[in-house]
Order: sequence, then C-alpha cells, then structure tokens
Amino acid sequence: MLVITCPVCGVEGEEADFHCGGEGHIARPATENPDGISDDAQRDYMFMRKNPKGVHFERWRCDRGCGKWFHACRDTVSMQIFGYYGITQRPPAALLKKADPLWQAHFEAAKKPSAKKAKS
Amino acid sequence: MTCAALPPQSSMGCLKMKKYSIFSLAKNAGNYHKDWERAWRSPEPKKEYDVVIVGAGGHGLATAYYLASKHNITNVAVIEKGWLGGGNTGRNTTIIRSNYLQDPSMAIYELSRSLYEDLSQELNYNIMFSPRGLLMLCQTEHELRAMKRTSHANRLVGIEARMIDRAEVKELVPIINDSDDCRYPILGAYYQPRGGTARHDAVAWGYARGADARGVDIIQQCEVTGITRTGRKVTGLDTSKGHIKAKKIAVVTAGNTSLVMQMAGLSMPIESVCLQALVSEPIKPAIDVVVMANTVHGYMSQSDKGELVIGGGADSYNNYSQRGSFPALEHTVTALVETFPIISRLRMMRMWGGIVDMTGDRSPIISKTDVDGLYVNCGWGTGGFKSIPGSGSVFADLVAKDQPGEIAGAFSLDRFKQGRTIDESVAAAVAH
Ligand SMILES: Cc1cc2nc3c(=O)[nH]c(=O)nc-3n(C[C@H](O)[C@H](O)[C@H](O)COP(=O)(O)OP(=O)(O)OC[C@H]3O[C@@H](n4cnc5c(N)ncnc54)[C@H](O)[C@@H]3O)c2cc1C
Ligand SMILES: [Zn+2]
Repeated sequence: MLVITCPVCGVEGEEADFHCGGEGHIARPATENPDGISDDAQRDYMFMRKNPKGVHFERWRCDRGCGKWFHACRDTVSMQIFGYYGITQRPPAALLKKADPLWQAHFEAAKKPSAKKAKS
Repeated sequence: MTCAALPPQSSMGCLKMKKYSIFSLAKNAGNYHKDWERAWRSPEPKKEYDVVIVGAGGHGLATAYYLASKHNITNVAVIEKGWLGGGNTGRNTTIIRSNYLQDPSMAIYELSRSLYEDLSQELNYNIMFSPRGLLMLCQTEHELRAMKRTSHANRLVGIEARMIDRAEVKELVPIINDSDDCRYPILGAYYQPRGGTARHDAVAWGYARGADARGVDIIQQCEVTGITRTGRKVTGLDTSKGHIKAKKIAVVTAGNTSLVMQMAGLSMPIESVCLQALVSEPIKPAIDVVVMANTVHGYMSQSDKGELVIGGGADSYNNYSQRGSFPALEHTVTALVETFPIISRLRMMRMWGGIVDMTGDRSPIISKTDVDGLYVNCGWGTGGFKSIPGSGSVFADLVAKDQPGEIAGAFSLDRFKQGRTIDESVAAAVAH
C-alpha cells in the first residue's frame, strides 16, 4: 500500500485517501489548436500511454484532504515515491534524471520549437 | 486428435503423443502413475522460424495451436520468459461468459465460449469446462436497465440469456442476502445459463501439448529482449538464449505488451495495472453458479476443491510488480460479505496479483502493426481468460494470412485513430 504526503496541504495518508489521475503531462491538443487537430494527435491524447516499467510521473488528488491535484514521481515496480511537484509544474531536474527514458525523451521533444505545440 | 491432421515432418508425431483415455489411465494406475510421458518437449531454439510467438500464456499457446492445426504452419516457436501459463492465464478466476454489449465483442466472446464447450475433446485434455450458469446482479435501477439492454442485445445475436427477478436469484443462490435491508438490495439479475468456469492451467497445458505434438517449439525460461528489423520489416528477436530469426513475430504478452512493442519502436494504447484475486479455505458445496456484483465490485464462485474464488476491481495505478494493494482486496471482501453474509467468518488462504493490460475502451487489440511481419494481440485486461480459444483462432488466421478475418478486423489498432472504439466499460466494469 502506498503512503502519500500531499505536497499542497502536507497531510499524510494511505492511497485510499488519494485518487490516482493517471499519467501526467498529457496536453490536450485542442487547447493549443482548436481547429486543426490531426487524428494522430487526438489518438495520442486520448489513448496512447507511456506505461513505463520504472520511474513514472503521474497525477494524484488529495481526496480526503485539501482536494487539490499534484504530481508524484513513483516507481511502478518498487512502488517507491521519490517526490512531488505542483500540478502546473514540470518535474524537477533531479526527478527527471531518475525517470524512465521515455520521460526524458518526452521533455527533450518538448524543448524543440516544432514540437512545442503538441506537448506540455 | 487425428493423425491425419498432423504434418509428417513434425518432430513429435501423433504416434508418439499418447492419447489420454480411460485405458491409459488404468494402465498407468497399474504402475502408480510413474510412467506418464511428458506432455511437451523442452527444445533448444532453432536458428530460424516462420513465426515466433512471444508469450506462452493462453492466447499465445492457442495461437500456436491453431496456426499448426488450422493453417498447417508448424515451424513455429512460442517464447516465454517464465513458465508457460505462469502469467495472467494461471492467475485468473476463470469466469467464462459472453454477455458483452457491442456486436464485435459479442462475436468474439461467444465464438470463444462456444469453442470452450468441446475444447476438452478437441485437445484430448480435460479443461474442466463447467457451464454452471452466471449471474450479474442488478443492484441499482440504472444497472437493471443497463443489463436489460445487454440481455436484449445478446438475445438478438443468439446468445442465450435472460433477466431473472429476486426470487429466482434466491432460488439459484440460496446463500445470497436478498433482504431490502442493505445498502444495495438485489433488484434482479442478468442470467447466462451457459456461462461458467474452466480450469485455467489445463487450458494452457492442453493447448501447449496440442501445439507441441504438431511440431511447435515451446521455449520456456527465455526472455525476449529486442526485436530486430530491416527498414519496415521484422527480421528476428534477441533473447536470453541468443538471436532467433523470424519471418513473422506475434506479440502476446498481456501486461508486458508496452515494453515488448517498444523494442520495435512502437508505443501502445495500454496501461498495466494489478488485478488481484483470493481464495478461502475449502468448504462444503455452497454455491454452484458464478455470481458477479458489479455495483459493489466483487464476484465469487466455488472451485471443485471447495474454495471460494473471489475477485474484484483492479488497483487504480500503474504497476508491474504482480503485487497488489490491500485496500483493493478489502473493498472486494467488504462488498461480498454484505452480499453473502455466511462468508464473514471464513479464513482466506491465498491472494495474488496479475498485471493486466488495459485499453481505453476496455476492448482487446488483435492487429497488424506499422512494422511488416509484426502482429499484436493484447488489451484483454481483466477479462481475457474467457476469450482464449476464440482469440487464438482469429489471431492465427490474421498471422497466417496477413489479413484479419471478419471478427478480428474490428479489433485493429487503427480504431483508436479512427474513433471506432468498442466501448465495453460497462460490461467490464468489474474485473472478471
Ligand atoms: C486476478 C485476475 C483475475 C482474472 N479473472 C478473469 C476471469 O475471471 N475471466 C476472464 O476471462 N479473465 C480473467 N482475467 C484476465 C485473464 O487472466 C487475462 O486476460 C488472460 O489470461 C491473458 O492471457 P494472455 O495469454 O494474453 O497473457 P498471460 O497469460 O499473462 O501471458 C503472457 C505471457 O507473456 C510472457 N512475457 C511477457 N514479456 C515477455 C518477454 N519479454 N519475453 C518472453 N515472454 C514474455 C509472460 O511471462 C506471460 O507468461 C483475470 C486476470 C487476473 C490477473
Ligand atoms: Zn492536500
């Protein structure tokens, strides 16, 4: 069982006190580009997932505390949680270094100007 | 299993595979069962195969069996990192039913259920199919309406099903709590009389034995670590037992599918989560149907050994560890204690988890891919034991002909791009 600390209100609880919102940093293409969304972009947004075996970034909500969303950095094998950061923030460099290579590629791609629109 | 169906070049022909029968049983009993022949070989991998199947779960083994038996393609290997049937196929609660809502789902699940009816004869292996009847309780008005709709849809395509009222539920399941005095009183149930269970290991073993007898190499303790390709075409696989060349590769690895497909540079619309189950100490016969309670998230049946086999919903977050979390189990057991009060004092003996492959529409993927010669069968999530025979059969067609048949076509990967999703989130609301 996971023991989670809400980075917003500081309360510590069991996983049932929180709600997992799945993979983090999935940007809705229609927000940037309401008129010209490709089928590929819409599919990626709706269905494609990194699903890494290793260190993952995901969203959690402090259900029985302050009710706020936040990001957690968690290993999908050992279940260890390495840290938290704000819901609008990118992962801190130290966590990104630990993360699965898929995540490093994600934020590398987001740096390139051409891909900037599609990613968060 | 007829000799004529076997290719003469198969390394272990029909003459060598002894038929299981009352006579072989009697003969071996005479010698204290010490001389039973091995059910399948343990070959070293050859340098090259026409088809390599990754993953010796039920779906991979059934695919190999039907490639050999229906398409006469026997230069086939099934590569398994652990032991055959040791993934979700050996971890599930064995519920078999076909009461899905959408046409493509009904087609494949009913094909599968009907193949289960005489699979023991087909494989000459007792898979203990037990069509004991299956109930899905309706515990809210909404659920009652939804299951009515499903039962009508089922009957329209010829799947035997009907709605029953609370009195009939009580008649079929005397141990059920039929009072009004609970949070979710039973309003009725969906009833599929030919739904039921089978022995999960036997399904894997039966297909393995049948495939092996037709020349398929089943290679256990061999992990696939890479997929090699030239341009758009696959050429082979890197494994812990060396490189193996392959003209075609079929990936059937359930919760590990994202990882294996990544080896070929493809990402998948899959999330891997843990689904758990548990069994009680054995008790005398108490329940002779399968009961699912989707609103409260639990289901139960009784095994031939007398254990109550219990399952519920999947954990809420990604997991590759095959170990689930306690709150999910507690939630399931709480629900079932209210539904079946007599189980409240039972001790639970074992619990375990499997890593299931969830798609966004809760329907499977049976598909070609953007890489030539690479095929994938996955996304069965919490409910793919029931579909092993049907899935193996249509996936073998796809791999053999490089083209999906009518049933498999609907489950291709491009449905996610075309918005052609097959929404079964209601039929799959609770794991099963
Ligand atoms: C607790 C639980 C209860 C369930 N209850 C039901 C139920 O009641 N009814 C129902 O219909 N379904 C149920 N299911 C779902 C069902 O078990 C699965 O959908 C089904 O068994 C999937 O079969 P498979 O052959 O695709 O996968 P698996 O049986 O998991 O086989 C995949 C195989 O691939 C191997 N593999 C993975 N990666 C590699 C690699 N890199 N190299 C080599 N081999 C690899 C694995 O070791 C594994 O043996 C349940 C599942 C669980 C976990
Ligand atoms: Zn909080």
